[in-house]
Amino acid sequence: MATLSADFRLPLRSFELRLALEVERTVALVGPSGAGKSSVLRAIAGLARPSGRIALDDEVWLDADVCRGPDQRRVGLVFQEYALFPHLSVERNVAFGGKERVAELLERFRISHLAHARPRELSGGERQRVALARALARDPGVLLLDEPLSALDAHTKEAVRLELQELLQAFELPTLIVTHDYEDAAALAGTVGVLVEGELRQLGSPAELVSQPSDPFVASFTGANLLRGHVQLLDDGLTRVRLESGEIVYSTDTAQGEVGVIVYPWDVSIGRIHADDSALNLIRGEIASVSRVGNRVRVRIGPLTAEVTEASAERLELARGGIAIASFKATGTRLVPLAG
Amino acid sequence: MNRRRTLLGAVTLAAAAVALAFLVLPVAAIFLRVPPGKLLHQLTSPVVTDALIVSFKTSAIAQALILLFGTPLAYLVASRRFRGRALVVTLIELPLVLPPAVAGIGLLALFGRAGLLGTSIPFTQTAVVLAVAFVSSPLYTRQAIAAFEAVDPDVVAAARTLGAGPGRTFFRVVLPLARGGLAAGEALAFARGLGEFGATIMFAGSLQGLTQTLPLAIYEEFALDFDTALAMGALLVVVSAALLVILKLVLTWQPSRQTSGFLFARSS
Repeated sequence: MATLSADFRLPLRSFELRLALEVERTVALVGPSGAGKSSVLRAIAGLARPSGRIALDDEVWLDADVCRGPDQRRVGLVFQEYALFPHLSVERNVAFGGKERVAELLERFRISHLAHARPRELSGGERQRVALARALARDPGVLLLDEPLSALDAHTKEAVRLELQELLQAFELPTLIVTHDYEDAAALAGTVGVLVEGELRQLGSPAELVSQPSDPFVASFTGANLLRGHVQLLDDGLTRVRLESGEIVYSTDTAQGEVGVIVYPWDVSIGRIHADDSALNLIRGEIASVSRVGNRVRVRIGPLTAEVTEASAERLELARGGIAIASFKATGTRLVPLAG
Repeated sequence: MNRRRTLLGAVTLAAAAVALAFLVLPVAAIFLRVPPGKLLHQLTSPVVTDALIVSFKTSAIAQALILLFGTPLAYLVASRRFRGRALVVTLIELPLVLPPAVAGIGLLALFGRAGLLGTSIPFTQTAVVLAVAFVSSPLYTRQAIAAFEAVDPDVVAAARTLGAGPGRTFFRVVLPLARGGLAAGEALAFARGLGEFGATIMFAGSLQGLTQTLPLAIYEEFALDFDTALAMGALLVVVSAALLVILKLVLTWQPSRQTSGFLFARSS
């Protein structure tokens, strides 16, 4: 599989975007709005003129001597608002990218029945499928997705997230996603980078960003624990998930198959003794790390990160190597489907 | 209180009626003064046919030139941000507010035998074309700028990332999306050009069969044969009204793409 390497600088209105990144599978950049996320995609696509080097394997798109136009870069860019051609039918939108695989792509994205519809007649989810089909019709070497889930309502979003996961696996393209939503990033990408004011603060797996945030911003931004597991059964409004680490946790959220259990560190309590409360999920484990984030203390127990006040950390004498019990409520969890 | 309100309503209604009558009656008078059969008969006189040919020939050439040169100008102004852009937009719009006599004297000062370029263009059909183009171009160009500005830049960028070069992007995406606004601007420019009088008479004169357009012929004829002048007037009313209707249809056909209507182009 190809590798996209980008190492460039781009002056923006109030700061300079500086980025060095290798994209082999799926990488997501997350950050607050105005962090320069879209500019990263525009720079790679050739819609902005940074200085530096951008290449797909040994095909140089930008360096000191070369600057290929957007039409010469083999990128499949899906815009946040999709940017479909309003005057062309769905079929001709897709054919604009390339005529060879139109029928196949319409089929693949289940939009064949919309072939002659105009974009304004489509729902948000349908528009996105057209935008993806059009980008892939161009036979790109790289896929760039700008906030792929943010223009969708909550109901559509869940379904589209699953579709995207399947898609990203099926097409095996280096993919760069930008999003302001850490959950989306963690669900879609194996590697997540946190971008703040044009600077890549940290790059790592979703779990790494949560457990070992490089600075308070990353910590507060990523926020959540993501525990991988498999849904075993649903009963009584509770979903039973068997984690990869073996523990069983319950959630009031519903999902099926491979899931990530999301629980925020501040929803996790730590105790030394077993608190017998059936409404609680309990994970007993060794304290792997204790780190200070501002006036709070982050404690890593088994697969879980908890955040407690300094006072309670002292009271419980939390230190590396000790044994503690982390507890959190089933109502405090969320389930996100993960690609298997 | 109630009575005062009724009075105010009556006064408003009366003022509106006077204003509307003032706009409509002179146009209506053209058709009412002479019977329609006679109007049609007058249109066959050589003065009228000559003027008709000169008017439509020079208008066609002038409008073609406006489309050919005004469209790239409008696109550049709409799609680039550069220093002095506001000045360029103002210069484009200047002929619109310039008295036609000033336009005529300016054209003479540039193209006249003793002018800046020293040509023999004055008092030829070329002079008519230039006068019409100069005076009517802002109506097209500023509308074209607004139309190009209304095209979503992301849609243009999308075309580029999908492998289309600048040319294919312009003709397949930008032009079709701006088409409604361009047509509206062109209809206005055509109507304005057809009625051009002041600049033409100064720069091109009024020679029958050569530079005498319909408005100039009306001016010449009204002292000699008022009915013929009226017939030409009626003809211009019909053409102008038709253009206005076409313009309105174009604008209502594409409500989602072109909402700017008759706005002046933005200055920055």
